Amino acid sequence: MTTSTTESAAPAAPTVKLSIRNLNFYYGKFQALKDINLDVYKLHVTAFIGPSGCGKSTLLRAFNRMYALYPEQRAEGELLLDGKNLLDADVDLNDLRARVGMVFQKPTPFPMSIYENIAFGVRLHEGLTRAQMDDRVEWALRRAALWDEAKDKLNQSGMSLSGGQQQRLCIARGIAVHPEILLLDEPTSALDPISTAKIEELIHDLKQEFTIVIVTHNMQQAARVSDYTAYMYLGEMIEFGDTDNLFIKPRNKQTEDYITGRFG
Amino acid sequence: MNIRGRRRLVNRVALGLSLAAMSFGLFWLCWILYTVLHLGVSGLSLDLFTKMTPPPGSPGGLMNAIVGSSVMVGLATLIGTPIGILAGVYLSEYGQRTLLGFATRFINDILLSAPSIVIGLFIYAAYVAPVGKFSAIAGALALALIVIPVVVRTTENMLLLIPNSLREAAFALGAPKWIVIMRVTVRSAKAGIVTGVLLAVARISGETAPLLFTALSNQFWSLDLNGPMANLPVTIFKFAMSPFADWQQLAWAGVFLITMGVLALNIAARVFFKEPAKS
Repeated sequence: MTTSTTESAAPAAPTVKLSIRNLNFYYGKFQALKDINLDVYKLHVTAFIGPSGCGKSTLLRAFNRMYALYPEQRAEGELLLDGKNLLDADVDLNDLRARVGMVFQKPTPFPMSIYENIAFGVRLHEGLTRAQMDDRVEWALRRAALWDEAKDKLNQSGMSLSGGQQQRLCIARGIAVHPEILLLDEPTSALDPISTAKIEELIHDLKQEFTIVIVTHNMQQAARVSDYTAYMYLGEMIEFGDTDNLFIKPRNKQTEDYITGRFG
Repeated sequence: MNIRGRRRLVNRVALGLSLAAMSFGLFWLCWILYTVLHLGVSGLSLDLFTKMTPPPGSPGGLMNAIVGSSVMVGLATLIGTPIGILAGVYLSEYGQRTLLGFATRFINDILLSAPSIVIGLFIYAAYVAPVGKFSAIAGALALALIVIPVVVRTTENMLLLIPNSLREAAFALGAPKWIVIMRVTVRSAKAGIVTGVLLAVARISGETAPLLFTALSNQFWSLDLNGPMANLPVTIFKFAMSPFADWQQLAWAGVFLITMGVLALNIAARVFFKEPAKS
């Protein structure tokens, strides 16, 4: 297909990193996700929005099979990561979670030093020398925009940082294991506006290297940080598309009602 | 009277009643402490720590009882702590909703409230009688049976206080379950678990009944774990019941030592628990 000059100036068509096919999810007998189909594009930011209880966090937690910790939760369908279904029984969960990292709503520093917080995950998957580990820790802290604040207190407890710093520590910890996808589950909902702005800036930088999926309650945030947005309601994917298009001219009436605040 | 005035009055009455209840409890506690101090301090001397328990009428101290108590309490803690912590970890991290978990928790609660004399008799029947002699090991085993349920309980409770999000965060990095438990969950609950152990030690340092049929006592110096061993509670029991004034004096000194030891352990537990978790 030939393209005009204006279109060829635009970035090349993104490649699919994670492909969700006919995904159904159950909490015991309750079906929380209904036949979800969606593509997550490589090195882009995809945002999930929707009212509380719509299933956006549930969907995110399926990507690293976090739900597998709880025996009553199960997923059916296909989650194709580079073509391989990660719901298959033979998938090693620890390897999967090294490839698909996650940052949670509340900062969760481990009860150890800042350095050890980051080294913890790396040591699980790689045998690095002390010098290599030092480099890795510095790299992760720099990428998470925390190096300047933390470089002089690497041996202090991770708990001694402020909330926003703790969340950046958690991001540093997540990227330190070099995941391919980074899942962010409402990463700024417990933070003040300044810390939130820093994290949003960070997301923008990180998509050069990582494929990012973010769940957020804040629609402005989704509009600011994401390339693609999915609107979910009651366990269904109502609309998915380019963020600008979805916010400016949503195709679906429900999406429009939600983003314009006329919901319910 | 308007509603505000009535509420103020009810508030004053409730406050007065709770203050009275507190004073009542505190009064007896202070009296006990005063008596222990008053009668115990006069028996304090260097001899107490360097001389053996004497026959009536001779000078002496409590050295063999102090050392014997320390040996048995230490041994009981060494046996009981790992078992208690591991069982607590099982209950919190693995057996939360399993049948085995429910059964273990139930039995542990029974053990927790079992009268200590029953535990002493049990060890007598299970160990002392078959082996054929009283011994420090039997005493330590009986004390360990008291340590275990306390440590199991506190360990489980402290681990349950750790938010699930912390566990999930460790799992999300690809950590296997045992590493999550060892390096993140237990570590976060460390202060609480140590507090539980300290409180268990405080609990057994004054126990008499479990030692009565197991370690017995010993008038003389002995570090033989396979033989009867002197210990503070049984010595106090024996000396306090005796008609000899110098034995009674030693009994009070022993009571003073145990009271101070338990007080110190409780304070240590408080201080330790308050300190924020460090790496």
